[in-house]
Amino acid sequence: MTLYAAIFYLLGLVTVAATVLAITRSNLVHAVVYLVISFFGTAMLFYLLGAPFVALLEVIIYAGAIMVLFLFIIMMLRLEEHRQNGGALVRRWLPALVLAGVALGSLILLIIAAPGSANLLPAAAASPLEFGRALYQRHWFAVEVVSFLLLVALVGALYLGRREAETLIASPKEEP
Amino acid sequence: MSTWTAGLIILIVKLAVVLVVLLLLAAYLVYAERRLLARLQIRLGPNRAGPWGLLQPLADIIKLLTKEDTVPAGADRPIFLLAPAVVAGTALLIFAVVPFGAGWQWQGRPIPGVISDLNVGLLYVFALSSLGVYGVALGGWASNSKYSLLGGIRGAAQMISYELALGLSLAPVVMAAGSFSLVDIVQAQANYPFLLTQPLSFLLFLISGMAEIKRIPFDIPEAENELVAGYHTEYSGMRFGLYFLGEYVTMVVLGGLVAVFFLGGWRGPWLPPLVWFFVKVGAMVLVMIWIRAALPRLRYDQLMMFCWKFLIPLALLNIMAVGGLLLWARA
Amino acid sequence: MNQQRGNFLQVFFRAVTGLVDSFAIVLLHLFRRPITEEYPEFKRVLPARARARIILTRDPEGEERCVACFLCSAVCPVSCISMVAAEREDGRRWAPWFRINFARCIYCGLCEEACPTLAIQLTPHFEFCEYDILTLVAEKEDLLVDHGGKNREYNFYRHAGVAMVGAKGTHASEAPPVDLKSNMP
Repeated sequence: MTLYAAIFYLLGLVTVAATVLAITRSNLVHAVVYLVISFFGTAMLFYLLGAPFVALLEVIIYAGAIMVLFLFIIMMLRLEEHRQNGGALVRRWLPALVLAGVALGSLILLIIAAPGSANLLPAAAASPLEFGRALYQRHWFAVEVVSFLLLVALVGALYLGRREAETLIASPKEEP
Repeated sequence: MSTWTAGLIILIVKLAVVLVVLLLLAAYLVYAERRLLARLQIRLGPNRAGPWGLLQPLADIIKLLTKEDTVPAGADRPIFLLAPAVVAGTALLIFAVVPFGAGWQWQGRPIPGVISDLNVGLLYVFALSSLGVYGVALGGWASNSKYSLLGGIRGAAQMISYELALGLSLAPVVMAAGSFSLVDIVQAQANYPFLLTQPLSFLLFLISGMAEIKRIPFDIPEAENELVAGYHTEYSGMRFGLYFLGEYVTMVVLGGLVAVFFLGGWRGPWLPPLVWFFVKVGAMVLVMIWIRAALPRLRYDQLMMFCWKFLIPLALLNIMAVGGLLLWARA
Repeated sequence: MNQQRGNFLQVFFRAVTGLVDSFAIVLLHLFRRPITEEYPEFKRVLPARARARIILTRDPEGEERCVACFLCSAVCPVSCISMVAAEREDGRRWAPWFRINFARCIYCGLCEEACPTLAIQLTPHFEFCEYDILTLVAEKEDLLVDHGGKNREYNFYRHAGVAMVGAKGTHASEAPPVDLKSNMP
């Protein structure tokens, strides 16, 4: 086992363990912290596989921005710890277990049956330049569609926030 | 094998030297800021410990190390204990991609003037600065204090908002240099620093960078007269010291980044590259202290308004203008 | 809102000049002499009524002014004054021991205000820090001085507290008695 393989398995172990811990924590902030560690581990894996650009985007966007927003909302809401009573444990977990089983089964089937699983993909070091070329020259239409969707979401959020703000400002007038 | 070990030894020695210099710089930056700020306010500043108070940082470190390390009742202990390390650690790690010299030769072996020339160095800077948010937000949350929580929430909101402006303000620099690597960006300024061609990007970067490191016109997360000390209200001893250290290390790092992106890094006539780098960092740090002395703190809504309604649109326009100019120049 | 009057250029100009002004003023301060008074080398003369270490004063005749009335002890918000009262053969009250715990004292000056005989007084002397907190407990011999403090002439027993000697209207700050048998002013 080479040094890189050892690092790979170590990172994989850390990522899986952090993800499991993130799922099982009852304290939401702890779950977020473990999820950040999991994202961080994934980013390291990307880096190890020769894609530093994707690795850093993973850290910036998932660990740095989205999870901070999660944390932000959790801190604002100040949720009490949600204690679950153990009675209907099986019934609650059943759908998740079934779906996870289906996903796992199909993965195993793919690995056994798929013809391409035996030969490895060549490791491709994606430099930012090549990445940008591929994204904006070959897939420009998809990028435009996605950005349009995001714009729609932004306008929608603005609209919702605006209505809220107007009613908030208007309410003191109504109570003389 | 021997070349590999020699390379490793060189790397470790360089890491140690950079770390020690960075920590010393941060410690003496506290002293310099206190003295200079005092003079700007017609005061004297600390002048008792040693000649001209030069041993003041040492006295501060001894005081912080020997103070009691308290954990408030009801605090989330592990997160409370680890949060300051996140701030200090990310601040120190950012410096790994900042080129501080032209490189040297030692027994025929080149020693680059940077710890790691990452080809996505700029994104690495953003990644670490976005992880630094956790130190502030989690430290504020884990303290089990309303002031800390408010400081942490404000810090998180401010830092993720200004990170956008920070990133957008640097896009023109990347376009002009054609690379994310900080070494390449310095190389691209061989003839003239980017400050001359992109003054608007420079201003945007300096402003949003100062907001990102929570310097004074933007120090809403620790606004003393509203939030006691914001997110680090409940910290004492060396854990408070770590927050403090992180703050001043990021100040040095921001100075270094401004130097690299806009002032030509270590480039300059007559003086050796390392000296030029320190001169530029020092100049930026002095400017930051001057700004701290001159400007009052913004209000929270002004801060957000300034970022989302002024800086980000301006940065987007700047990207379009610079991009158009570059395309025109190339055609 | 009033400041935002005028067109965009005026507002912009005002904002820029405001910024430049503050930067320039701060920079000019760099070349001014600091106004700091460095404490151990330069000691500012404190006003006579500055409130620090407490003394027990004597009247012009050299007798202790304190009559052990307990008013200072009663008014003290941190209860740092304690004493014992006694009476001399000639009927004059005094305190055999008198103790102030300066580690508790907050130097509020209420004892001085309460004192009917001007015995207890606060002085501007404030440099008596100690490493051991118990050395801050002052006994009577530490407190008693041989002068009258802020008012050297005042003697309580010239005004009250002793059997009256001499004719009416001959005592200190006493008006001559009104002649009841005359209407003349």
